[in-house]
Formats: sequence, structure tokens, C-alpha cells
Amino acid sequence: MDQTSTSTAALKPKDYKSDTKPVWCPGCGDFSVLSAFTKAMAAMQLDPERVVVISGIGCSSRIPAYLNVYGFHAVHGRALPVGIGLKITRPDLTVMVAGGDGDGFSIGGNHFMQACRRNVDMTYVVMDNQVYGMTKGQASPTTEPDWERGKLTPHGTRINPFYPLVIALASGANFIARASSNDPNGAARVITEAVQHPGFSFVQILSPCITFRPEQRDWKKIVHPAPVVATADPAVAARRLMTDDNFFIGTLFKGERVPFTPEFEPRAESAHELETAFRMSA
Amino acid sequence: MKTINTCAEFLAYALAIEEEATERYTVFAEQMETTNNPEVAALFREMARLESEHAHRLEVAAEGESLPAIDPWELDFGDEDPPEAVDYSATHYLMTPYQALTLVLKAEQRAVDFFQRVAEGNGNDDMKQLAAEYAAEEREHVEKVAKWRNRYPPPDDNWDDDPDPPNELE
Repeated sequence: MDQTSTSTAALKPKDYKSDTKPVWCPGCGDFSVLSAFTKAMAAMQLDPERVVVISGIGCSSRIPAYLNVYGFHAVHGRALPVGIGLKITRPDLTVMVAGGDGDGFSIGGNHFMQACRRNVDMTYVVMDNQVYGMTKGQASPTTEPDWERGKLTPHGTRINPFYPLVIALASGANFIARASSNDPNGAARVITEAVQHPGFSFVQILSPCITFRPEQRDWKKIVHPAPVVATADPAVAARRLMTDDNFFIGTLFKGERVPFTPEFEPRAESAHELETAFRMSA
Repeated sequence: MKTINTCAEFLAYALAIEEEATERYTVFAEQMETTNNPEVAALFREMARLESEHAHRLEVAAEGESLPAIDPWELDFGDEDPPEAVDYSATHYLMTPYQALTLVLKAEQRAVDFFQRVAEGNGNDDMKQLAAEYAAEEREHVEKVAKWRNRYPPPDDNWDDDPDPPNELE
């Protein structure tokens, strides 16, 4: 165990929170995820000036505004390409992408698969509540087929839900885990591991929407730790996923793929030179 | 639950407990301010202030000490949440002061139980004495919060009825 003096100026979780008050509904799981983010950043003592959190659109995608690090609120479903572009051009930064299940698996579903394939060294955290909350309660890709309370799907979607961990593994993500907003300290540990693992890390956090899916309050009683340690073997991880009930919590997979780090040669020495290169001829 | 052996380790735990409580009450106060529940917001603000004072007192007490740096997930409280911290999912935008203080009361009681368990544990005598003092202080808090709650009526059966809910589907 490390020792620290109380007189040192170590950054605390609250130092990573902005002064902006969240507008999430009281009781929302995303408050806990915000806490997990700040605890993970404090545990790693990340320099706030060298951290970027990028999001898409949705309730959970408001998170960059609530953090005292650099942030970018991107176009719906397009947070991952923004994050990939940033990490490739600025590999010195810690890049984290955050959002919800609708943003990440529907509007941005293809970007999710391609980001797993590309394996850039960054972390993607999806706060999964199995519903579009910001637009008032429509079924999302991870909604159960028999959920009948959505106005657009009064008889349920009747289609197979999207299984993000399965897709992440099949597409090549290098770190795959699931956490729960009911345990912010556990979620902070998983986010820390994800950031520290090389390559593309994917973390699904079960984060209840207490307004449109009030029954999800029961998730607290349902989630349970996975009784296994993380494997580096995709075949073992795949077999485990075949018996996953979607409520196992823990790190499933820590792969050994080498992150994608393209080398660029500078093509312009100045902004003026770049401007000239892109100028359209008359 | 993991055994706490030394005063430094105990102070690190106690500081983490008070900081977590401060953080959560601040979040809850902001929630209630955002959803226009000013009475409960003021109550949570007051709790955040009190817990922050406790954290500050601990920092002063530990001045110059080498406290162990414990990651939040390594803190072992014997159950899921830190004592004195109300669950993030427990709040509601229409909650009454009585309900809010019921949550506070339970959290304070959990702090008493935790410090008492440590005081009766296997650590060194100085640490156990310190833990017993904290348990006694938290017991006083329980009594104060219980009296505070008595000023308010319990909620009626329709406390969460809202004729114009903010997230109405229609």
C-alpha cells in the first residue's frame, strides 16, 4: 500500500468535477457513473489538461459538461470517430468516449464495430439503460423484445436485443468489461483498468433510467460479480458470454493486440501552407 | 470486513467516509435545486456543510501524518456503499424533508455500526479508542437527525403524485 502525506496536493475526485449542475433526474444511475469517472481520474492522478472526454447525444452524453477536463459534445452517434481522430493525432492525451446505448449501438452502431476493429488506445464507456431517455422513453437496441411501455412499441420490439459485449469481442476490442452504477467504486476500478490497458477498451455500465424504466431500480438486487478472472483468450471469453445473463459484473477480457498507432509525416509546416493545399482552384 | 490495524489506516478510512458523504449530499442538493424542491435542497446543503466540516477536522487531525493511499475500490466496508453515504438511486424530485432525513438517519446509523465494529475489532488499542470516539460522535448525530426529522410530518400516500410531471410521455 502506498503512503501519502496529507500535506501533498494530490488531486481528489472533486477536483475533476466542473461547477455545472447535472440536469439528470434525481435517482438516475448516471450520477454514480460521473462519480466513478472522477474517482478513476483521481486514482490515476491524471492531469486534467491532458484528458479529453468526448460524447454523442443523449442524457448520458451530457457528462463532459460535468467534468473539469477537456470535453467535446459531438454529433449523435459520432463520438467514437472524433475520439479516434483525436487520439491518433494527439497520442499523448488520455481520450475517453462516453454515451448511451442508443447513441452508441444504434445511431453510432457501425462506428462501435469499426472502433473495436481499429483498436486505437482509448476507452469507451456506455451507460446502458436500455431506453432512449432524453426523447422520453423509446426502445433502444438493448431493450428487451417484450418491453411494452414504449409509445412507439406498445407490443414490444419483438426483435433480438443488441449484445454489446459479444459484438465488442467479435469486432476486436482489446478490453471488455461490465460494471454497475449501483457500485460507483467498482465502476471506478473498471474504468481505471480500462484506461490503463493498451488498445480499445469497452466498458458497459448498467445505469438505470428511473423515469422511463423504473423497474430497473431492481438491478441493484440482480447484478452479481462474475466468478472468474479476466482472460486474454477470445475463445474463453466467447464461451463465457454464451452463459452471460447480462447482469454479470467484472472484467471479461484483456486482450494482447497491439494498438493501432499510425505514423504520420508532417505534410505542412504552417497553417498557411495547409490552407494553400486545401484551396480550391478558381 | 478487512481489519483496520493502525490509527493512520483508520483516519484514511474516516476521511474517505466523510468526503464521500460530502460529495453525495452536495449532488443531492444540486438535484433538488435543479428540480425546484428548495426545502429538501437546503436540508441536503446543510448535511453537505456538516460532513465537509467533519472532513476538514479529520484533515487537521491528520496533518503531517502519513496516511495510506487507498483507492476507493479497496476500501472494505463489509457492504456495498461507504457508511454515511446515501445511495445515489434513493432520491426523488418530489421527496419530502421527512423522507430525506430518513435517508440521512439510516446513513448515520450505518456509520455508528461501522465505527463500533472497528472499535471492537483486532487493531491496536490507540486505534480502537479513536474508533470508539467516532462511534460515540456518530451516535450523537443519529440522535440529532432523529430530532430534526420529528419536526416534519411523514409523507402522505400520494406524496409522489404530480399532475404535470416533467417527463410526461403524452
